[in-house]
Amino acid sequence: MKTAVITFPASNCDRDARMALEKVTGRPAQMIWHRESEIPSDVDFVVIPGGFSYGDYLRCGAMAARSPIVKDLVEKANKGLPVAGFCNGFQILTETGLLPGALLMNQGLNFVCKPQKLRITNGNTRFTSGYGSTQEVVYPIAHHEGNYYADDATLNKLEKEGRVLFKYVGNPNGSARDIAGICNKAGNVFGMMPHPERAVDPLHGGTDGLNFFKSIIESI
Amino acid sequence: MKAIVQIGLKPGVLDPQGRAIARSLSDLGFEEVTAARQGKVIELDLTGEDAGTAEQRVTEMCEKLLANTVIESYSVKIES
Repeated sequence: MKTAVITFPASNCDRDARMALEKVTGRPAQMIWHRESEIPSDVDFVVIPGGFSYGDYLRCGAMAARSPIVKDLVEKANKGLPVAGFCNGFQILTETGLLPGALLMNQGLNFVCKPQKLRITNGNTRFTSGYGSTQEVVYPIAHHEGNYYADDATLNKLEKEGRVLFKYVGNPNGSARDIAGICNKAGNVFGMMPHPERAVDPLHGGTDGLNFFKSIIESI
Repeated sequence: MKAIVQIGLKPGVLDPQGRAIARSLSDLGFEEVTAARQGKVIELDLTGEDAGTAEQRVTEMCEKLLANTVIESYSVKIES
């Protein structure tokens, strides 16, 4: 089992992600700098961390989505490599087209930063199976552009195919249909604005994020 | 040559910044403002002589990077 985290200039949750992965796998996670051109072929799971990659220039995630390392990641994800993106990582995944839709500025125009209650809307996926009968979790949120948008046809399709894995309980940012986290059709690429990697230790204020990482790691 | 690329949120996509601008203008006494939409302008300096080729290339740039066509529309103007 080998996991990796991609670090971009201005990523700021990369070490949180590494700590979460190491806690769950018991092995060091590889940190991949954005200037590298390939995800090593023995990596089993990649996290795209939160932050403000490339200073959020042009659009959040736009530059990162076109970097060489992400180009390689997209190719590998299309062949089945499991990938999860949190916060800016979710924005990057939508910019690559691996996940549908886009993240707009929060409806209230404010940066929101707080523990957020979420409902697991599909517990039968590689990213959520470890939650068993648990239906609600609390992960921290901290974002300004987290208002999930997609056209109605896309939203209908996501819901019908069970690709909405988490919904907000008390919508903090105006996201369409309270959607917090979605996966691709094949079920190996997942993105959400909340931060499960910041809820893996009692000192974080909660450990609800642990089962997220256990789920995907055990599925590999 | 110069290309002026104008990018904005598509009609129907909520623009809370535009809404705040409209409200602020109205508060300042500009009551004729009923709506505002905020976008961005990108100016590109280009080599080459042919405006048609330039427009085609800049359109490609918009599709590949400058605009996110899930939420944004764009227009391209070439100036000599």
